[in-house]
Amino acid sequence: MTFVVEAAVDGRGFDVSLRVGPGETVAVMGPNGAGKSTLLNVIAGLLHPDSGKAELDGRTLFHLTGGHGEWTAPHHRGTALLAQEPLLFPHLSVLENVAFGPRSAGASKQAARESALRWLAEVEAGELQARRPAELSGGQAQRVAVARALAADPGLLLLDEPMAALDIHAAPLLRRLLKRVLAGRRAIIITHDVLDALMLADRVVILENGSISEEGLTREVLQRPRSRFAAGLAGLNFVAGGITEHGLEAGGLSLHGQHHDLPGPLPAGQPGVAVFPPSAVSVFLSEPHGSPRNAFPVTVAELEPHGDQIRVRAGRGGLLGADITPSAAADLGLEPGMKVYFVVKAGAVAIYPT
Amino acid sequence: MSTRTHVKTALASAALLVGLAGCAPASTPPAASAPAEATGRLSGTVTVFAAASLKASFTDLAAQFEAKNPGAKVMLSFAGSSDLAAQIAQGAPADVFASADTKNMAKLADARLLDGAAANFATNVLEIAVPPSNPASILSFADLAKPGVKVVLCASQVPCGAAADAVEQAAGVTLAPVSEESSVTDVLGKVTSGEADAGLVYVTDVKGAGEKVKGIAFPESSGAANTYPIAAVGSSRNKELARAFIALVTGADGQKILGEAGFGKP
Amino acid sequence: MTTRKTATYTGIPGWIYAVAAAGALLVVLPLAAMVARVNWANFIPLITSESSLTALGLSLRTSAASTVLCIVLGVPLALVLARGSFPGQRVLRSLVLLPLVLPPVVGGIALLYTFGRQGLLGRTLEVAGLQIAFSTTAVVLAQTFVALPFLVVSLEGALRIAGSRYESVAATLGAGPSTVLRRITLPLVLPGLASGAVLSFARSLGEFGATLTFAGSLQGVTRTLPLEIYLQRETDADAAVALSLVLVAVAIAVVALAYRGPRAGRPVRAESTTPASATGGAVQ
Repeated sequence: MTFVVEAAVDGRGFDVSLRVGPGETVAVMGPNGAGKSTLLNVIAGLLHPDSGKAELDGRTLFHLTGGHGEWTAPHHRGTALLAQEPLLFPHLSVLENVAFGPRSAGASKQAARESALRWLAEVEAGELQARRPAELSGGQAQRVAVARALAADPGLLLLDEPMAALDIHAAPLLRRLLKRVLAGRRAIIITHDVLDALMLADRVVILENGSISEEGLTREVLQRPRSRFAAGLAGLNFVAGGITEHGLEAGGLSLHGQHHDLPGPLPAGQPGVAVFPPSAVSVFLSEPHGSPRNAFPVTVAELEPHGDQIRVRAGRGGLLGADITPSAAADLGLEPGMKVYFVVKAGAVAIYPT
Repeated sequence: MSTRTHVKTALASAALLVGLAGCAPASTPPAASAPAEATGRLSGTVTVFAAASLKASFTDLAAQFEAKNPGAKVMLSFAGSSDLAAQIAQGAPADVFASADTKNMAKLADARLLDGAAANFATNVLEIAVPPSNPASILSFADLAKPGVKVVLCASQVPCGAAADAVEQAAGVTLAPVSEESSVTDVLGKVTSGEADAGLVYVTDVKGAGEKVKGIAFPESSGAANTYPIAAVGSSRNKELARAFIALVTGADGQKILGEAGFGKP
Repeated sequence: MTTRKTATYTGIPGWIYAVAAAGALLVVLPLAAMVARVNWANFIPLITSESSLTALGLSLRTSAASTVLCIVLGVPLALVLARGSFPGQRVLRSLVLLPLVLPPVVGGIALLYTFGRQGLLGRTLEVAGLQIAFSTTAVVLAQTFVALPFLVVSLEGALRIAGSRYESVAATLGAGPSTVLRRITLPLVLPGLASGAVLSFARSLGEFGATLTFAGSLQGVTRTLPLEIYLQRETDADAAVALSLVLVAVAIAVVALAYRGPRAGRPVRAESTTPASATGGAVQ
């Protein structure tokens, strides 16, 4: 019993195929405009794709070619949507909001009420039952929204950046709550926060320009990013190019590195990526001689604070980063436009094919 | 919010348009008074307020007046007699007032707003108007009281309604109208559109409607003839021209045109 | 949303106030002039005469009926115009709003050629034993014709402002379209619906031209208050003025009610346009 979706929306250049197993939570990440919300809307039935099909536990959600075919209305899909904003119905009490799903499914008033109270207790919001949504804080409202979505007993829970509108105190509480209620529940969660992916999701899917650029177990994707977006999430420098005997060749930049995963020599001639953390990069004013194997000239683009370090963005449109101490930055007299050398030990550069 | 604003704007504009339309009769250019020449050739503008039923005849008469007096111009304003009397009482720039009843003329006379006495120049009697097909087969006044016949009358408050009441009394017939309109043109409209089986209107209205209605004269109507008086307005700035127009109406030429329109002699 | 008018810079040049005052006077002065003309000594007898009370009662009854009809027909129209998407939508909107700018007498003529004895539907209706002309039904139809746009405009605006995000959420929670309409959409736009209904009632109450042309004028059947005023004016100006004042009073009460509506509904609207406002506040 799985959920599968394949859908294309021609006008938006959207073409995605995704499978979610029973009890599995998948995080969908990607830059703005990549089609993350489109994916959820297509699954929820709020947006008509041009072609594709989706099945949930053996039921067809849609099966379309050229915009025509089978189509299940949103209210028959069992795919509750939890958005960035709680969108609690303002004219109903908290209890009535949570009872809305069970009532719509045909439960008696009494049964719906009991179910709502149970879910409110589950999200630790039982004492809010008589309030109006306008009387709730953002975090409380989103907790109630979680209860409301779960009370509808969805076969697939869709979460569209549920933490994005919360303040820094409310977000961790809700994250913990979601970790508890999502355990063993099938869900797709859109997030910008790598922490959400790590804590809440079994798998992560990277969506870029309307299609999936990378997917895998969350830990693996973060450790071995194969897309620039995933590397950015993991906070790693990312260079794509062609694999050579010693490392990677990319547009005049030659990087020596190591093959971390597989034994044996590098599979020269294949396309691949080199990944290394900014903390492993040092900055020199002149080309150093000695042990480090990788040194390349770059132009400093930006200097920005990064924790208690300074991140030097340089080269390749400022896409490569080096983390150095503020005093080192002061000693070097760094400023945008300067020509410097980035130096990284070969041992810190991970090379793998894509 | 914005739609509400649109509504308000629309309402405001509508109100403004209504206001402007209402202003129109009052914006008549002031009469340019020029001395009459010894030959009787007159010049200037004379403004005539006349009952709506006089529209066709007075339009003809105005043309005749202007043909005889190349320097003169006649401005005509037609409406219900009581409306016109009220407008004159409020200072509308009329030189001549021709009413469809003596009551409204008397109102102005009582208020000393006339120049001299009013002269009766025509009478008008009621006639039954029916659609050309005469669906209810009306032949006499008594037929109007047949069950199921849709009769439209004027309300008692307006002259044609008062006349209808008088006819009813004279004939000893009580009518049950489906509607009592505020003006005779509204009665005629209900008949020409085929909504009503019959209506009581003036014989001149039947003539004026041409092929659209058939008129049925009935003897009881003679007991309730309307008399039309005409008078110069006291505030007129062109009394000579006003008197000349009144003379035309009451003279032989005027009587001929009025007679052709169905009016009776006073 | 939260800015208070009293404390903010308005940006209105001083002379605008003068022109605005002239505009306000144009509306207020005639009303005041009319009030000044009221024969107070006879006011009560004038407005409680049998014909006056009959006309007022008929006006209230027919306006209530046409308001109900406006709601029954106007709510679906507004929904279709605000939320639907179909060819000819813009044309339909323009046509539905046409009675707002049409002279009522034109509406009366149009209704006559539709429901009159010789009209498009009138002949069929007559065969079915239904006669509309000269009946109270005709009055209600004429009033509905001119009042419907007010309800549609108000409600369509409210629907557009509210957006359809709550409806989407309700659908994913398993509520069918009819349930969503009943439990979510209508409660959310209730203030807009209420003010639209009140405006429709007011417009129905004032309807004159279409009624005169289409329904006729008979005491107790089709002679509504405006028609009674028009008729009384022929003979008894005092009665006409007194009745006009009654109509003005009713209209003022109705408009006051309509403008109270949006304020009562503001929390709902504010919530619907910025649902994250509570959250936003917490972030600060």
